[in-house]
Amino acid sequence: MAKGARLRLWAGFSILILALLLLIVWNINAGSVHVTPGEIVSILLGGGGENAVIVRNIRLPRILAAALLGGALALSGFLLQTFFANPIAGPFILGISSGAKLVLSLTLIAFLSRGVALGSLALIAASFCGAMLSMGFVLAVSAKVRRMSLLIICGVMIGYICSAVTDFVITFADDANIINLHHWSLGSFSGISWGNVAVLGAVILPVLLAAFLLSKPIGAYQLGEVYAQNMGVNIKAFRAALILLSSVLSASVTAFAGPISFVGVAVPHLIRSLFKTAKPLIMIPACFLGGAVFCLLCDLIARTAFAPTELSISSVTAVFGAPVVILVMLRRQKENL
Amino acid sequence: MKTYYLHTEHMDVGYGGVPLIQNIEIGVSRGEILTLIGPNGSGKSTILKSMIRQLRLLAGVVVLDGRPMAGLREGDIAKKMAIVMTERLRAELMTGFDVVATGRYPYTGRLGILSDRDRVKVREAIALVHGESFSDRPFAQLSDGQRQRLLLARAVCQEPEVIVLDEPTSFLDVKHKLELLEILKKLVREKDVAVVMSLHELDLAQKISDRVVCVAQNRVDRCGAPEEIFTDEYIESLYGMEKGSYNALFGSLEMARAPGAPRVFVIAGGGSGIPVFRLLQRRGIPFAAGILAENDVDFFVARSLAARVVSVPAFRGIDEKALAQARALMESCRGTYCCLDAFGPENEKNRLLAEEAEARGKRMKKAELDRLGREEL
Repeated sequence: MAKGARLRLWAGFSILILALLLLIVWNINAGSVHVTPGEIVSILLGGGGENAVIVRNIRLPRILAAALLGGALALSGFLLQTFFANPIAGPFILGISSGAKLVLSLTLIAFLSRGVALGSLALIAASFCGAMLSMGFVLAVSAKVRRMSLLIICGVMIGYICSAVTDFVITFADDANIINLHHWSLGSFSGISWGNVAVLGAVILPVLLAAFLLSKPIGAYQLGEVYAQNMGVNIKAFRAALILLSSVLSASVTAFAGPISFVGVAVPHLIRSLFKTAKPLIMIPACFLGGAVFCLLCDLIARTAFAPTELSISSVTAVFGAPVVILVMLRRQKENL
Repeated sequence: MKTYYLHTEHMDVGYGGVPLIQNIEIGVSRGEILTLIGPNGSGKSTILKSMIRQLRLLAGVVVLDGRPMAGLREGDIAKKMAIVMTERLRAELMTGFDVVATGRYPYTGRLGILSDRDRVKVREAIALVHGESFSDRPFAQLSDGQRQRLLLARAVCQEPEVIVLDEPTSFLDVKHKLELLEILKKLVREKDVAVVMSLHELDLAQKISDRVVCVAQNRVDRCGAPEEIFTDEYIESLYGMEKGSYNALFGSLEMARAPGAPRVFVIAGGGSGIPVFRLLQRRGIPFAAGILAENDVDFFVARSLAARVVSVPAFRGIDEKALAQARALMESCRGTYCCLDAFGPENEKNRLLAEEAEARGKRMKKAELDRLGREEL
């Protein structure tokens, strides 16, 4: 590797890690109750204090969840972009998040109305089924059309259909928990417990590791299917693995925070621009870190911008993410001319 | 029987389950170049794609190094076979070096990190295609020719025993066409590699191939040494050429002759006539050429372009019969142009013809010839 590239690598990761640490402290600090940095340190080191409960039981799990879920979304986006060879593919745009949301809502309503509470894993499983359902549709479409824009339009349409059905189901379901459900269906990191965080970590981190270990075939696949196959990649198994991993990631996010838009598209793009490379060996950890940073920032804004009213996380990520998508499309257009 | 390194047995190929070409039996040994030629859409690429498993076989098997490819592991095939296809290689944010380095894939570890040895191999391969000056630039910004050379380098550093190339010379200029084929020859000679490729340039195919497979009208029409394949008649029929002609000796193509009775008689020989023949053909003026020995380079071109040719067998000099023929033709033409300025024992009678034309005021000057077809004779 050239010296400049190595320097960029170190600088990039340093920026991401610093931003992550800064945002963690800021997120603990900010909110309806202010916690001073000195207090934060003492609480994290196990000290007590009047704010210890808020920090330990509310803010910390929320921060960890936002970081894990943000990372998962960004990684899922990167994997989908690789899979479809399409720079604006992502779990939300392709309707995968919405599919997960639909099946999850149906499951929740079915079980809640019978008074059965579902565990974290069951929620993930349900939204995974939904994700695979949407994925099936998108795959069927992508087998027929080669045009990148058409695939995206189909994904967006699938997303709308799923959202509409979800709204319909929620409107007609009569249950006290519906209010909660509705809030969740807009996307939020609030109300996440340590138990949820543990499950999230147990699902997302192994997937991250698995994706990292797949860096080599992912790099080959980026060149194109023909070349990947000649390089010794078992295409069928590899494609299945990519679909599985990206679906698990977007399903876990949806199960805990609802559908969150544009993180999956914007973050990989920003990371590529930062590192000036598309090598999966760098992109996978960097996207994960970048997603965590992006979501922590957006959650901070969602919580504090109009406090005490909390914004839905998706509105904030859209404000930052959607322009990036437009930028990517414009740049592609210029390259194609 | 020769043992092939890569060969097909009863292979049927096609798209979507519909066979395009059936029962294909071709093979290549190490140290040999096998070239597929044939008209557009005849199925050359389909055959190559099927041999590299990009397309599913509809029947039969492809055997690599003595074993059916279907039963081999991807990684093992990758160490034996490299490809340079027409599909665009997506190389986002990759330099030329990065792209070449992907050829080391079968040899790198779990995470695909290059070792020092891998880097050396990559640099060697780049040097082989003379790509050092541009290999550090972004791949997407390189010219088609530069990319093609790096793709060959990529295939080379994969250290294969057989390389499959689909129209590798398509985007290259003449210099780089020759260079690329020269590199292939070198690989074949020095590393005993087997090469299978499709080519559009018949002249190059004729010169570089050890064996040629002709694909036309959905079948493998012929397979053999270039000497057997490259005859005027066969190539013209293979490509269904109706206008113009193919000259196997030169590997060159000629346009169709201008129709009609000859209007100019061209006295030629030793290559002096070819530019004049071409000029007249371009202007659409039918002409006669003479008197040419049948081993004269002018004779081969005149045969394709002239309305009539007066010729005599090689090494014998011009006889009276040919002279009389030429006189008659010259008489029927409106003018005579003599390309020759050197005469000797063998073409003394051509000087005679030129003098006769002069005497009758029918001999044209260069300026008159140039005006031909612009203002009528």
